[in-house]
Amino acid sequence: MARVFYPLERFAPATPTFHLLPFRFTRLNGKELLVNEAGEFLFVPRGTVQRLTDESLDTDSALYQDLKAKQFLYDNSSSPLLDILATKIRTKFDHMCGGTKLHIFVVTLRCEHSCEYCQVSRQTATRGEFDMSPETADRAIAMMMDSPAPAVTLEFQGGEPLLAFDVIQYIIPRAKKLARERKKDLDIVVCTNLACVTDDILLYFRDEGVKVSTSLDGPAFLHNKNRPRPGHNSYEKAIEGIERSRAILGMESVAALMTTTAASLDHAAAIVDEYVRREFHSIFLRPISPYGFAVKTRHRTGYEMDRFLDFYKQGLAHILKVNRDGYRIAEVYTQILLTKILTPHSTRYVDMQSPAGEAWSVLVYNYDGDVYASDESRMLAEMRDWTFRLGNVHKDTRRSLFTGDPALQLFQASCNQALAGCSDCAFQAYCAADPVYHYATQGDMYGHRPTSGFCARNMEVIKHLFSFIEENDRDTMRILWSWITGKPLTEEVVECA
Amino acid sequence: MRLTTTGVARNIEQGIVGIITTEHLSREKRADRILFLEADEAVCTEDLSGYRALLSRDELQNSPSIPYVHSLRESDYLRDGDIVALEGSPGTVRSLYRPYEQHHHLFVTERCNSNCLMCSQPPKDRDDAEALTKRNLELIRLISAPPPYLTITGGEPTLLGDNLFTLIKQLKASMPNTELHMLTNGRTFAWPDYSRRFAALEHPNISLGIPLYSDFAGDHDFVVQAKGAFDQTIAGFHQASRNGVRVEVRVVLHKLTIPRLTKLVEYIYRNLTFTEHIALMGLEYTGYTPRNIDALWIDPYDYQDELERAVEYLAVRNMNVSIYNHQLCVLRHSLWNYARKSISDWKMLYLPECERCAALSACGGLFQWAIKKHSDHIHTILSLPKTSQGYSKGDRNGRLLGVLATPTR
Repeated sequence: MARVFYPLERFAPATPTFHLLPFRFTRLNGKELLVNEAGEFLFVPRGTVQRLTDESLDTDSALYQDLKAKQFLYDNSSSPLLDILATKIRTKFDHMCGGTKLHIFVVTLRCEHSCEYCQVSRQTATRGEFDMSPETADRAIAMMMDSPAPAVTLEFQGGEPLLAFDVIQYIIPRAKKLARERKKDLDIVVCTNLACVTDDILLYFRDEGVKVSTSLDGPAFLHNKNRPRPGHNSYEKAIEGIERSRAILGMESVAALMTTTAASLDHAAAIVDEYVRREFHSIFLRPISPYGFAVKTRHRTGYEMDRFLDFYKQGLAHILKVNRDGYRIAEVYTQILLTKILTPHSTRYVDMQSPAGEAWSVLVYNYDGDVYASDESRMLAEMRDWTFRLGNVHKDTRRSLFTGDPALQLFQASCNQALAGCSDCAFQAYCAADPVYHYATQGDMYGHRPTSGFCARNMEVIKHLFSFIEENDRDTMRILWSWITGKPLTEEVVECA
Repeated sequence: MRLTTTGVARNIEQGIVGIITTEHLSREKRADRILFLEADEAVCTEDLSGYRALLSRDELQNSPSIPYVHSLRESDYLRDGDIVALEGSPGTVRSLYRPYEQHHHLFVTERCNSNCLMCSQPPKDRDDAEALTKRNLELIRLISAPPPYLTITGGEPTLLGDNLFTLIKQLKASMPNTELHMLTNGRTFAWPDYSRRFAALEHPNISLGIPLYSDFAGDHDFVVQAKGAFDQTIAGFHQASRNGVRVEVRVVLHKLTIPRLTKLVEYIYRNLTFTEHIALMGLEYTGYTPRNIDALWIDPYDYQDELERAVEYLAVRNMNVSIYNHQLCVLRHSLWNYARKSISDWKMLYLPECERCAALSACGGLFQWAIKKHSDHIHTILSLPKTSQGYSKGDRNGRLLGVLATPTR
């Protein structure tokens, strides 16, 4: 048989019949932005969506090829490859697999700080009824290990959990034993202000492989203003604790989180610089949560979302500058959102998932055995609202928790695919549902998008990040990608391969 | 270096595979051996029993009774230990395996269900499955020291049907630690059952090298001259990976693939995230390429922008990318870290310009057929750059859910 070559038209007809695949769109920076179900996006000229719907699009154009390759449409010249699209969508929901991974143990409500924005009730730091009992701990450990997740994280919170160090010491060996029996990987984290940390405690953490997460709100004047304690030395205590923890646990085992108060808003650069000075390689520009005492003290600590967004943008600009100057530090929220936008993968960050991470991805076991859908849910309970109390470790099983009325009500409002204002939003694939936030701020789990602080924040942050993507500055994108991949910024290459 | 030579054959009725010996061996060591007489050696033709065959540069005065090829046109390259195949008409000596080389191939069929415009090994429509499989099984048996790497190539290997499974099983049994790389168009792997059966061979060290030429189906199908090939190849990548078979994407760079190269690597990242490696390869001026050269040729120097964008795109995403078949003198320094010495020893050469080149030892050279056509920008590099900015090689691969992560080695 003679071999002959055929022309292009035989393989790619000039005028195919095409059909649309699901996508959402918006106008952005004078263009149209199209996003498909798998989060793949394309900037196209204005009017493209119109031409797609009235079928007047030039099928012989590069634009048509782009739209087809990214599965915004398919045509009669080849397979729509729906199985590939399904795989990509499935990958984006990877975090749904395996059951609840993060298990927060509130081992005590006692704390020696009296922070204005504190999200939970503070109690005088004397031993008492606000510690988790061994019986409750045993039941909570068992419930945690009933999660089908092959790897679980045990996170100690309070109050100040180090004030109940004996409870921590009770829980860790028992959790480890059960994890071994159930063949689960177990990570352990303690969220502490480090004010009462001792070398003995740190040596115990080192031997048990426990990581430390602490609070650092910025430079001394800001940190001490936000976090009052007797002696007015919260900052000094935190820094001392961070250094001692690093010396004993290693640099990688100590992380810090900041909370943005009204007092923080004018100091974005100073806060970033404090993190750089303390040799941290990530910083999370986090708005204050509308829960706990933050609601009562709103006139002093709270602010409008617009002001936070200005703070975020200033902070991010400064962080990028620090990176350009050679110090690698990532902004965590940016890293999370860019992973959603630019990669085929999902993220484990529980506050930014749809279906919402509450209960699915995180459970909170309060000192008294009550189980909540999230840390924010239990903060509401401290304000005497038990809407998101799923049950109690002494009365419930994992099954009854997830099929009780509180959980079912929560789940109904937990998919942004089915929320008014989200269902047709171009950014839906990158965003989330947060029924607890909307209940707390708007009195309704479903929420009202035009007046939602959650929506305002995420819409603006996502648009801001898309402006970087569209601008596609080589240095900026290399920095942002280094945050996503965790790789160093550049490597000096001396020798060729 | 040469792969074949011809001579005058005697007593050869069917193909013979054997190991060359240049020294006369005692009778008990002659099994599997082909005696090669380089010069006018005096040899007693009565004393040749036990050898599989005899090769000689010149014709012997007394013709032996065993299979025999004489008057070889070229023979200087034949060495002790080479495994060769002899064919009767005409008298061909084909080198199948040379232990001292870096790259080793198992050529399994000349048939193919694609007909790529730039195929370096144009397919032939004849059924060679049984004959070549028999030859290859014997070759595998004769390799005494397994090589670290072996490439299974064709043609399209999957067209061998069950014979391919037989070969891979044999390789698994006789050289389990040899890393096998099979060059395939991947279309057959679109059948879920085929991918499952392939995976069920459970070869511990096998991966597929599958070409992809565009993110746009019509363009890919045109390059490979097969309608529906894109759909099958993409499905083949997924089915193979879903069954735990490791895959590599190969892109040949030419005038038809360069325009959408940035979009192609974007497609690879989003759709074939699980690929272990992406090879961006220079065009070979052999096979079909000379016939289609007007449609294909672009000087590599002229696609540096596109190549750099594609490499950087993949590298910042932690994808493992390499450049094959390119000379360092036509690559920007930013790309040197990705250039590999990819051309097999037997088909590689350097040009006169290369002799004094400071980058010679790091450069993979040219295909020998590039002597007829190569970049206009080949030149002598007088001194090496001190450092070059690059990106570290990706060391972990993404996974798509439902498609198993490729095991890390």
